Amino acid sequence: MLAFVIRRLMQALIVMLTVALIAFMLFQYVGDPVTNLMGQDATAEQRAQLRAELGLDQPFIVQFAHFIGNAVQGEFGISLRQGRKVSALIAERFPATLELAAVAAFIGLALGVPLGVYAALRRGRFMSQVVMTGSLLGVSLPNFLIGILLILVFSVLLKWLPSFGRGDVVQIGAMSFGLLTWDGIRHLLLPAFTLALFPMALVLRLVRSEMLEVLRTDYIKFARARGLPDRSVYFGHALKNTLVPVITIAGLQLGGIIAFAIITETVFQWPGMGLLFIQAVQFADIPVMAAYLCLIALVFVVINLVVDLLYFAVDPRLRIERSGGH
Amino acid sequence: MAETSTTATAPMGALARFLDGDVWHSFKQSPTAMVAAVIALICVVCAVFAPWLAPHNPQDVASLQLMDARLPPAWVDEGQMRYLLGTDDQGRDILSSLMYGARISLLVGLASVLLSMVIGVGLGLLAGFVGGRVDSIIMRICDVMLSFPAILVALLIDGVGRAVFPNAHEALAFTVLILAISLTGWVQYARIVRGSTLVERQKEYVQAARVIGVSPLRIMRRHVLPNVLGPVLVLATIQIATAIITEATLSFLGVGVPPTSPSLGTLIRIGQDFLFSGEWWITIFPGLVLVMIALSVNLLGDWLRDALNPRLR
Repeated sequence: MLAFVIRRLMQALIVMLTVALIAFMLFQYVGDPVTNLMGQDATAEQRAQLRAELGLDQPFIVQFAHFIGNAVQGEFGISLRQGRKVSALIAERFPATLELAAVAAFIGLALGVPLGVYAALRRGRFMSQVVMTGSLLGVSLPNFLIGILLILVFSVLLKWLPSFGRGDVVQIGAMSFGLLTWDGIRHLLLPAFTLALFPMALVLRLVRSEMLEVLRTDYIKFARARGLPDRSVYFGHALKNTLVPVITIAGLQLGGIIAFAIITETVFQWPGMGLLFIQAVQFADIPVMAAYLCLIALVFVVINLVVDLLYFAVDPRLRIERSGGH
Repeated sequence: MAETSTTATAPMGALARFLDGDVWHSFKQSPTAMVAAVIALICVVCAVFAPWLAPHNPQDVASLQLMDARLPPAWVDEGQMRYLLGTDDQGRDILSSLMYGARISLLVGLASVLLSMVIGVGLGLLAGFVGGRVDSIIMRICDVMLSFPAILVALLIDGVGRAVFPNAHEALAFTVLILAISLTGWVQYARIVRGSTLVERQKEYVQAARVIGVSPLRIMRRHVLPNVLGPVLVLATIQIATAIITEATLSFLGVGVPPTSPSLGTLIRIGQDFLFSGEWWITIFPGLVLVMIALSVNLLGDWLRDALNPRLR
């Protein structure tokens, strides 16, 4: 197991270094940072001096090492558009995205798994047909259209929920949380549901098909023959054995949620990192883009790693195979 | 007669063989596929012939009248028959904007699918046929790209393109967009083609071609390529829908097509601002068309996958 963990850590490190290299090249070679900082009409000496101050005259490897050193400390320079430190901008936006993604992931799992189990157990009934059709729509409709439809129904026609911004937030240290106020929760509902719909539909369909497979197996028949109550057969025996693929998909979808948050945040003008990134792309704000790229890559690598490790916790067969075999 | 007719009737013969063949037969058996094909065909015809079919020209500023701005669809009170689906804030006819917008969406979608197919099939053939270090490098790149969502990679390439060419004119903006979408899509083709190539290169006809001294490039092109194209065709159909949605998403985010030539995504983005003043038709109709195109193409892809799969016959 330890060898496996170390191997995965090495892979993760290589991916991170590759992404950092891309971010570094963006940073260094796309657009001249000296011109960006000094403007067009600086003299040659001034340029050379700034170049030396920024360390741009040093060898590639030294510059790259310097960039990584700064990146590890969360230092990505100054936003070209807003003139503020990138680290401060991201720290300010991070809680909003975290809140949105966490609530969306929670909704996706909390509704997706039970609905999937329901659709499997009551296969062919009217309600489970409705659930399956709904999930098909959730998978095939583009994310931003779902957001617009939800706004049309719940904000414009019914006037139940607000459609943009975070509402009231509570400041705790440097972080701000909207979940602690009623207004904040009301603002969170629509974007979180928009973001949750795709992973929810995916988890639902996966749980349903896995459950249908497992319910046919002998040990389920045997559990029934032993006279165990339905609840314990379905949830104790059947559901537990569908969890391995569900964890994989759920883990990977967590990354998807963070990426798709860019779209949801744009639809609902949610002041998170996604909105920051989109504005950076629109205005070619390289330092912000580079920082976001590194941060997202880190999130993805960590998620993949955690998913791999969770297998061991869930599936005892893997523990025996991997530790015994190698 | 025999001599001249062979060349003249070759296309007719191909058509007759197609009408007699399995694919056409299974098409006639599947109502879903037929409905999807009809919807897709209508959308494509409307898009391609937009300049002749559209009742108004939305790009012609001279014909716009602010008097006609924000008219609802014809069946709502105050709606006019001249503007069947209503007008937007500038007085542009929604139906005509939709036709022109679908034209741009389809153009970008098809172009990026073609490009990603060429890149993916080429690299996949190379990886499968040459093997060794080339193979492992190409496959590592695929792995890394697949571990990030496509939309994120496309956004990133688009962003870099924007940074490299800060004041890009229209043609260049389109090129950057098509590149961004196709550079994220090629991975799937490469994986499929590599897999089939690994199987094909073991077969006797490839061995035989090698033995008689056919050059590797020619074997790849003339012998292996035609035999791995089936799954590629299915993937390409489904990828058209994906590419159109990716384009719409990027345009919706404001980093897609230039604003001077609005696609469906741009129309949805513009319309969203009018949702609150009650003008739902400006954004809902483009959304509907987008879903119709994507859904019908996806259904066609599903049908094609089953029709080309010999195990399901």
